[in-house]
Amino acid sequence: MRIAIASGKGGTGKTTVATNLAFYLKHFDNTDVTLIDCDVEEPNSHIFLRPDCQEPKVVTVPVPVVQEDLCTACGKCAEICQFNAIACVKEKVLIFPELCHGCGGCLLVCPTGAITEKQREIGVVENGKGKDIKLVYGRLHVGEAMSPPLIRAVKEFSPVTTDEIQLIDCPPGTSCPVITAVSGSDFVLLVTEPTPFGLNDLKLAVEMVRILDIPFAVGINRSTADNNMVQDYCRTEGIPVILNIPHDRRIAEAYSTGKLILESLPEYHEQFSQVLGYIKGVLS
Amino acid sequence: MKIAISSKGNTLESATDPRFGRAQQFIIYDLDNGTHSTFNNTQNLTSSHGAGIQTAQNIINAGADLVITGNVGPNAFNVLNSAGVKIYLTSGLTVQEAIEKYKKGELENVSSNTVEGHWV
Repeated sequence: MRIAIASGKGGTGKTTVATNLAFYLKHFDNTDVTLIDCDVEEPNSHIFLRPDCQEPKVVTVPVPVVQEDLCTACGKCAEICQFNAIACVKEKVLIFPELCHGCGGCLLVCPTGAITEKQREIGVVENGKGKDIKLVYGRLHVGEAMSPPLIRAVKEFSPVTTDEIQLIDCPPGTSCPVITAVSGSDFVLLVTEPTPFGLNDLKLAVEMVRILDIPFAVGINRSTADNNMVQDYCRTEGIPVILNIPHDRRIAEAYSTGKLILESLPEYHEQFSQVLGYIKGVLS
Repeated sequence: MKIAISSKGNTLESATDPRFGRAQQFIIYDLDNGTHSTFNNTQNLTSSHGAGIQTAQNIINAGADLVITGNVGPNAFNVLNSAGVKIYLTSGLTVQEAIEKYKKGELENVSSNTVEGHWV
């Protein structure tokens, strides 16, 4: 079973929910769990789990190389490239590897076989165990524009099995990296906060998961009694709210020292138990 | 000799567009006979990545020998430079005014990108 923890807005508490849910599963529910941190541009689950990592696995993408003596500058490669990674000007082909998605289209259309591929390193996959929880995460190299190939590699590192629950800590937003991270999940938990930004981006995220057609529910972080904007929206839309983490100073204090909520404040286990109960109910 | 000027409209009275890759239009002005044509850049206005590269390729293929624009990023510069297209900067002028300034030698010629790429 794969559960994705996503959000529209960044900084709403995806990692807080993902790491605590993982901790709950392992230490309160006795269930094997792998946490897959797909926020490869700024992974942070490891800060809370502090895993002993194995040797990182290098991830590459194929990029085209032009053999100039075979190239006739016909421009077919530049024409087929949907990502503007190839320009053909005045008998010369220019390649911009950082824009290349590695689709291989240019190789297929080159009439003289002038294009070959080389591998370009974009990041690494780390894996280890911390607080008895298996953690896999990606680290995209600084300056890289495209995270989906690395996100795919992170997910492939830990194939779905029936022996464990996998939690996917997604990048924020609703664009390609999020779609790549969420795809193939059995359930999505959308984490938000009761602010106008949180609500606005939640609506975008809801649109996204509806298109992906994956069962989902909402979790509210930093929830306060006097602010019901997210609850009101969810009620109108018929979306279940299955988690409420209150705006509790003690949580922020634990967080600031790299501790999980459930390590410092085990009384919150009930919240995570409900989340799991709900998801299991939906998927059974 | 043809000049490509990034423009917000399709006449010589239009304001120059400070953007290169995502300029709305280009006016291709022929210095030899004073005629001009327009080049719609809407396709690149909406592309997610590589607008500068594609725009540069298009205006080179349209026969431009030099470009007058507001800024160029590293990739656009690379493409223009490899085709020997010279780049001059302007801001706040109309297309016509920019052409006149170029003729008088009053526009700044640049030999590297003036802004960084957008994904960095």
